[in-house]
Amino acid sequence: MANETCLNQAACRTPQFLMLLVLGGLVMLGTLFAFFTLEHHGHVLTGMNNQIVWGLPHVFAVFLIVAASGVLNVASIGSVFGKKLYKARAPLSGMLALAMMAGGLAVLVLDLGRPDRLIVAMTHYNFKSIFAWNMIFYNGFFAIVGLYLITLMDRKLKGFSTPVGFVAFLWRLALTTATGSIFGFLVARAGYNSALMAPMFVIMSFAYGLAVFLLVQTAMYWWNGLNLDERVQARMEKLLAVFVAASLYFTVVFHITNLYFAKQWEFERFILLDGGIYTVLFWVGQILVGGIIPLVLLFSSAARKSMALVALAALLVIIGGHAQMYVTIVGGQAFPLDMFPGYAESSAFYDGVVAQYSPSIWEFMLGMGGIGIAFLATTIAVRTFKFMPQDDFPALESGKD
Amino acid sequence: MSAPEKQETLQERREFLKAGAVVAGAGLASGVLVFGAAHSRPPEQAASAERRWGMLIDTNQCGDGCNDCVNACNTENGLDGKTGPQDSQWIRKLNIKDLRNGRVHELPMLCQHCEHAPCVDVCPTGASMKRADGIVLVDRHICIGCRYCMMACPYKARSFVHEPLTEQNPEVPRGKGCVESCTFCVQRVDRDEQPACVEACNAKGHQAMLFGDLLDPESALSKALKSQASTEVRADLGLNTGVRYQGI
Repeated sequence: MANETCLNQAACRTPQFLMLLVLGGLVMLGTLFAFFTLEHHGHVLTGMNNQIVWGLPHVFAVFLIVAASGVLNVASIGSVFGKKLYKARAPLSGMLALAMMAGGLAVLVLDLGRPDRLIVAMTHYNFKSIFAWNMIFYNGFFAIVGLYLITLMDRKLKGFSTPVGFVAFLWRLALTTATGSIFGFLVARAGYNSALMAPMFVIMSFAYGLAVFLLVQTAMYWWNGLNLDERVQARMEKLLAVFVAASLYFTVVFHITNLYFAKQWEFERFILLDGGIYTVLFWVGQILVGGIIPLVLLFSSAARKSMALVALAALLVIIGGHAQMYVTIVGGQAFPLDMFPGYAESSAFYDGVVAQYSPSIWEFMLGMGGIGIAFLATTIAVRTFKFMPQDDFPALESGKD
Repeated sequence: MSAPEKQETLQERREFLKAGAVVAGAGLASGVLVFGAAHSRPPEQAASAERRWGMLIDTNQCGDGCNDCVNACNTENGLDGKTGPQDSQWIRKLNIKDLRNGRVHELPMLCQHCEHAPCVDVCPTGASMKRADGIVLVDRHICIGCRYCMMACPYKARSFVHEPLTEQNPEVPRGKGCVESCTFCVQRVDRDEQPACVEACNAKGHQAMLFGDLLDPESALSKALKSQASTEVRADLGLNTGVRYQGI
């Protein structure tokens, strides 16, 4: 049975495939156990509290949602901008987008205080809330990208792939704009309240999504004992470098803008200089591991020859992306609200002090579930459908795309 | 049963029903009268936009180290009074120290019942809502526990219930997994009583908290706001808070 579902692969390697399923399944079991435990005992078992209300699960969830939208970029470059190299990768891109969106949303839902009220979230909308708009964007994403995937994979519907792909492209831009705005619209907090959040999330989604794509693509080629064509690799690694550089640029602009406003100095001092774990994660995680080292790797002459080196750069971008989410989401809350400028504040409710947060194993297991879902969906999809990129080498050689 | 007997029984029944109706009517009428005399709002009547409940807090009157408002709130609303990072606090005493001259103020911080409440704006389901009379509440039936309102609140006025609760006040339903905050003791306000914190502050003789109708020019609150300078916390956000402070 397992062999029958093995399509378009040089060797089925069923035992290894089953091992992957077991691995993903074990992660999911852990997630379900964590979910039911938290559902029974409440969030008291997490490190989250009334100061840090969004924690590790949100770091995983928002990363997955942002990267899901970004990974679709590969398909968009193919369908909307007509690049054949990317068009060959459009189905894989669309599938990954759906898998990661499902994983990210699952974590968000499982972390709700009342996950049993999901139906309420689906039927009650406050249209002034950017969060409500996000729910519409997320649900629409499944419908539009699902349709797009069908047009990409069904020969009879191939003609529709360009217009549907264009809609999907616009939709994902709107979606990430809205996701960034979840933070950008928080007017009261020094760490957020910036119109830059939306475009910054969009550009970061490009980098994170492409990094995930490259990692999965490398794994697929490796699994099948194939080598990615050098020209294809060179193009894609350059694109990743551009996206990583653009993410760094937005990060710099975001912090310089804050440094210009006197009232934001304390927050900038917190993130850039003396914020403890947040400062370390910012400089070492987000900037060094997620930005500078991948750039050095991607621009090195060795990267052109080495699929593994590009995969390493992609992995670092993903790790840096998680660090960025931690700094943005948790760091933004840890910095105390300044209700009375010019006054030192203190209370039994932790006013005026940096909020403490130590994530528990439960929320880590919950967050890993998102990756587990995306991993399982991808593993099964790649085996059952033709997602392996089929490059048109004559076109590549003639430089037509 | 013969025909006359049957007639008699029916007559008795009619008399009984008549008497019953009179007694019930009188009871109901007196109940309505008592209800009316108390000026409280009957449950079926919606909150009126002709009122906007608000509060003026005089930090000069607020007692040093006094926690009576906090304790009264906890008792009234069934909070356990614990102050761990995961425990709910609907009202807290805030100490603020002027960094320029070292002057220290104490003040109670609670939901500011904003006209343009950020928590209401951001709530995806509409569970965070503002009543017509300005009281900001959480509808416990449609709160999904996403905590976005807590991210949005400039006053850190909201708490998330982290564990199962027992021994609740039936008038103040709370529940694990939902967000909650000061309701201005809506159950008391609807009975035309003062919020518990205000009552406790007055009982202590501090008179630091004045509660009333901001739209009624004759209310003590409106008169006080007209005659004394007061401030909104984070006035820069333009939220038009229902709670004002004086003395800072």
